[in-house]
Amino acid sequence: MTTQERPPKLIGEPIKRREDPRLITGQGSYVDDLQPLGTLHLVIVRSPYAHARVTGIDVSAARNAPGVVAVLTPEDVQQSTEPVPVAAQLEGMHMPLRHALTGGEVKFVGEPVVAIVAEDRYLAADAAELVEVEYEELPAVIDPEQALEGGPLVHDELGTNLCVVSPIGDAEAAARAIEGAEVVIKQRLMNQRLIPNPIEPRAVLAHYEPGPGTLTVWSSTQIPHLLKTLLSACARVPEQLVRVVAPDVGGGFGCKLNVYPEEILAALASRRLERPVKFVETRQENYVATIHGRDLIGHLELGAKRDGTLVGYRIKVIADIGAYQHLLTAAIPTLTALMLQGVYKIPALAGEIVEVFTNKTPTDAYRGAGRPEATYYLERGMDLLAAELGMDPVELRRKNFIGAGEFPFDTQTGLVYDSGDYDAALDKALAIVGYDDFRSEQARLREAGRYLGVGFSTYVEICGVGPSSALPAGGWEAGTVRVERTGKVTVLTGVSPHGQGEETSFAQIAAERLGVGIEDVTVIHGDTAQVSAGIGTFGSRSLAVGGTALVMSLDKIEAKAKRFAAHAMEVQADDLEFEAGQVFVKDAPEKTISLPEIATLAYNAVDLPPDTEPGLEATSYYEPGNFTFPFGTHVAVVEVDTDSGAIDLQRFISVDDCGNIINPLIVEGQIHGGLAQGIAQALYEEAVYDANGQLLSGSLMDYAVPRADQLPSFELATTVTPTGVNPLGAKGVGEAGTIGSTPAIVNAVVDALAPLGVQHIEMMLRPERVLDAIQAAKGGAR
Amino acid sequence: MIPAAFEYAAPDSIDEAIALLERNDDAKLLAGGHSLLPLMKLRLAAPSLLVDLRRVSGLDGIEEANGEIRIGGMVTHAAIERSDLLVRRAPLLPAVAATIGDVQVRNRGTIGGSLAHADPAADLPAAVLALDAQLVARGAAGERVVSAADFFVDLLTTALDPGEVLTEVRVPVPGMGSGSAYAKFPNPASHYAIVGVAARVDMQDGRVREARVAVTGATATAYLSAAAAARLQGSSGDAAAIAEAAGLAAEGREMLEDLSASAAYRAHLVAVQARRALAEAVAAAG
Ligand SMILES: Cc1cc2nc3c(=O)[nH]c(=O)nc-3n(C[C@H](O)[C@H](O)[C@H](O)COP(=O)(O)OP(=O)(O)OC[C@H]3O[C@@H](n4cnc5c(N)ncnc54)[C@H](O)[C@@H]3O)c2cc1C
Repeated sequence: MTTQERPPKLIGEPIKRREDPRLITGQGSYVDDLQPLGTLHLVIVRSPYAHARVTGIDVSAARNAPGVVAVLTPEDVQQSTEPVPVAAQLEGMHMPLRHALTGGEVKFVGEPVVAIVAEDRYLAADAAELVEVEYEELPAVIDPEQALEGGPLVHDELGTNLCVVSPIGDAEAAARAIEGAEVVIKQRLMNQRLIPNPIEPRAVLAHYEPGPGTLTVWSSTQIPHLLKTLLSACARVPEQLVRVVAPDVGGGFGCKLNVYPEEILAALASRRLERPVKFVETRQENYVATIHGRDLIGHLELGAKRDGTLVGYRIKVIADIGAYQHLLTAAIPTLTALMLQGVYKIPALAGEIVEVFTNKTPTDAYRGAGRPEATYYLERGMDLLAAELGMDPVELRRKNFIGAGEFPFDTQTGLVYDSGDYDAALDKALAIVGYDDFRSEQARLREAGRYLGVGFSTYVEICGVGPSSALPAGGWEAGTVRVERTGKVTVLTGVSPHGQGEETSFAQIAAERLGVGIEDVTVIHGDTAQVSAGIGTFGSRSLAVGGTALVMSLDKIEAKAKRFAAHAMEVQADDLEFEAGQVFVKDAPEKTISLPEIATLAYNAVDLPPDTEPGLEATSYYEPGNFTFPFGTHVAVVEVDTDSGAIDLQRFISVDDCGNIINPLIVEGQIHGGLAQGIAQALYEEAVYDANGQLLSGSLMDYAVPRADQLPSFELATTVTPTGVNPLGAKGVGEAGTIGSTPAIVNAVVDALAPLGVQHIEMMLRPERVLDAIQAAKGGAR
Repeated sequence: MIPAAFEYAAPDSIDEAIALLERNDDAKLLAGGHSLLPLMKLRLAAPSLLVDLRRVSGLDGIEEANGEIRIGGMVTHAAIERSDLLVRRAPLLPAVAATIGDVQVRNRGTIGGSLAHADPAADLPAAVLALDAQLVARGAAGERVVSAADFFVDLLTTALDPGEVLTEVRVPVPGMGSGSAYAKFPNPASHYAIVGVAARVDMQDGRVREARVAVTGATATAYLSAAAAARLQGSSGDAAAIAEAAGLAAEGREMLEDLSASAAYRAHLVAVQARRALAEAVAAAG
């Protein structure tokens, strides 16, 4: 074939996301857009207390209210459903279960107590106001350290607020190393609680059809297949009769990687009433009833030689997991443990993760999930150490980097880093920021009373999750490629993108391999009736794992197409080359047969090659052999207004290495969003509870999700160090922005204020906190 | 997020609107809806009737007459921000309006709604105080004029009677040698003011003839600091005088305390922002 005929290269190209025109012109279809005839609406009555005994529930007025069809109470629900599922079960962990409605004792503000089902949402909300729940308020425990030290018990029957303790590393070796270290840094570091805030709150529509006995559930979820299995158990409908559809999903950030009470309730109500039942969360509910993220206190000890060589690292982490475990709650802090070592050679390392119950909303996976915490601790620790040693923080980092020649690298935490070149990313970042010039400018401006600072974060993270041994429900992924009779291509994937753009990137891969136009490929996801199996989208896994299942299926299609071609052209399959949708004879490239022609042969099936089934479709399950480990360097430049404590983030440089890139636009988009969230953890976002367990930052008016004008224009660059873990060489990029950025900001602010004597400021860096730190360092009051 | 049931009326005339308010005890006027609807969605407000002012004619003009600029109650923040007349003749108002919320909020929210709602963190109250505006209220009993200084009574409470419509804001046109500025320290979440200081300085022969320092966000209602104004008056508007005046701006006031700022920090911010607003105002007057 000639070069002119060859279709354009697609892999690696900045193709605009194909899903966007639909999403930004209002033609997307979210759960709340679906309105099957006869849909009923479900509204929840929630606990206003963080801890209380329910002494009476009177639903009689609500039952008789206009439009009300059913009222579900705790007793009823406890008999008719299984508890809210918990998949991550650690050794020795306490696991207090709850049902979709709680009757006896409520344990956090927002916990569901009664459900109303009515003809419309307004009538349901009106009726909810008529439900009378009597509570006897009990003392609540909000602070995890207090919870450990004999505060009120969240779960009386456990006799303790301790959920589980997980050690990692070699505690004795770490203790010895730190005792013998020439310099030791000790610091308490708070990684505060965050609220995920997807732009679309949770939503679910359950439709039980009594004829076939099927339950179809449309849910704003990241894990339709897991939800199918778990909901089948919870709502007691045989799994083969359950279909879950994730239509367009307006963001998840981990908080839709779960099974929620409302999903169980909608399913139960629909089964009972034999009508569709919809629940759509309000933003207010989203703040208290959808999982939160982070909330880990680290007590860090970092030991080094005077010349900066790290000798030991020990950390005790107290994770406030809230009132109950959700699907993966307990496992999230253990990801922090796994990633403690970061990008450095540390000869002795030990961690202890202590998970604690409090009367707050349960925590679970939130973008980054465990790695932002690990990165924050170590990268803050490195800056504290640099300050103590009087060493340049860049030099200190470089001195301890795992070298580019040392991969695969075994960590003290039992991981094998696949590949990396940490110096390359750092070098690139330093060049962009103009480090040396910045330092002289900084010194000059300090003379003029202006406080600028630069902060670094050199991170490594873990993604491509992951080997099945690392996940309670499997870490593989499935993918199908079907060449239709006309030669058009349908890709079905078990991942469930909700903003990550796989409708584009997967189509790029399939179109390039099969030599068809990208418009000839449709990527289908999120429907368990169409996609036979899958795990879902989280842990930056979709491309590295789901994309690999796709590649495996493309390999199979290629092989089968060759068989058909060989048969038709009367040559050996081995003599054929598959390229760009054409099969041609190696030695006689003018002899070709095209994909649509092969598809016709495969489906007409008149003259089948020996031992070959009709059809041109392949399904593969990919089980990854390892995680992947993206890395990079983030740099922040800030100026602090020492009069008000306000921080002006002037520049943010992000150099990320996610291995091979399928679509640089999508990579940039993922980094942008991740940076916004990671920077916001440092500057804007903090879930704050009062002593009674009321969420003070309970709305978008009080909890700052950053707007574009609160962030600088990001300066992005990449290095490319492919992974050998998968054939794409791709590592994953969904979370990196969140993981690397946060400590860079805090390091920059502390760098700015170092001449005033400031050594550390806890996140979030509220102006008031910054001003207090300045005043405290000066040794006076404002 | 799901309001209770309510009736809705959109009368064509101001008299009809007033009559509807008279007849319905818990009726509420609806302007841009950007303060009222959030309250209704949270069921913190549940009026039985909304009287929408959007069809009422004569409430959306910005005109100059007899040394004052008259701004209709239904004029949006965006219209204020973009008004050439205001930018030329009373630039403090556009400067303040431009800091409100975001584009959508400014396109919907109105000056009448903002002043009548009297949110302690709203921006426009500081502007009308600094400009010594007169507010026109119309009710069943007729029209009356209330000075901005007497308008803000308490948290979310104004001198308006429940049956009155704020129809117009009258701003005396500042003379030659007048400068103004607004220094807002926004809440990063709501973008309302944690503290905002609007300053106006009238200079004559190199001396401050009159100064007005209006503070919002810090206390239950926006206020004018007489102490700060007095300190500045007669001075040359130099840095030392400004710093001293700014230091007085929070004096004797009970600061709000919430998640975004403690009382002590708010008092500190009042001084910082007052200093910045005054310095800018003096420079603009120059
Ligand atoms: C996300 C968001 C951010 C915001 N940020 C800011 C900000 O930074 N700064 C700021 O100042 N404001 C801010 N606002 C408030 C915004 O400016 C409001 O629009 C304004 O405060 C109220 O004006 P409105 O026209 O929307 O009034 P509405 O909400 O319609 O009414 C408010 C109240 O005033 C009454 N009312 C309305 N018009 C009249 C009238 N002519 N006479 C008598 N009573 C009347 C109503 O009955 C009601 O009680 C924000 C609002 C939102 C939603």
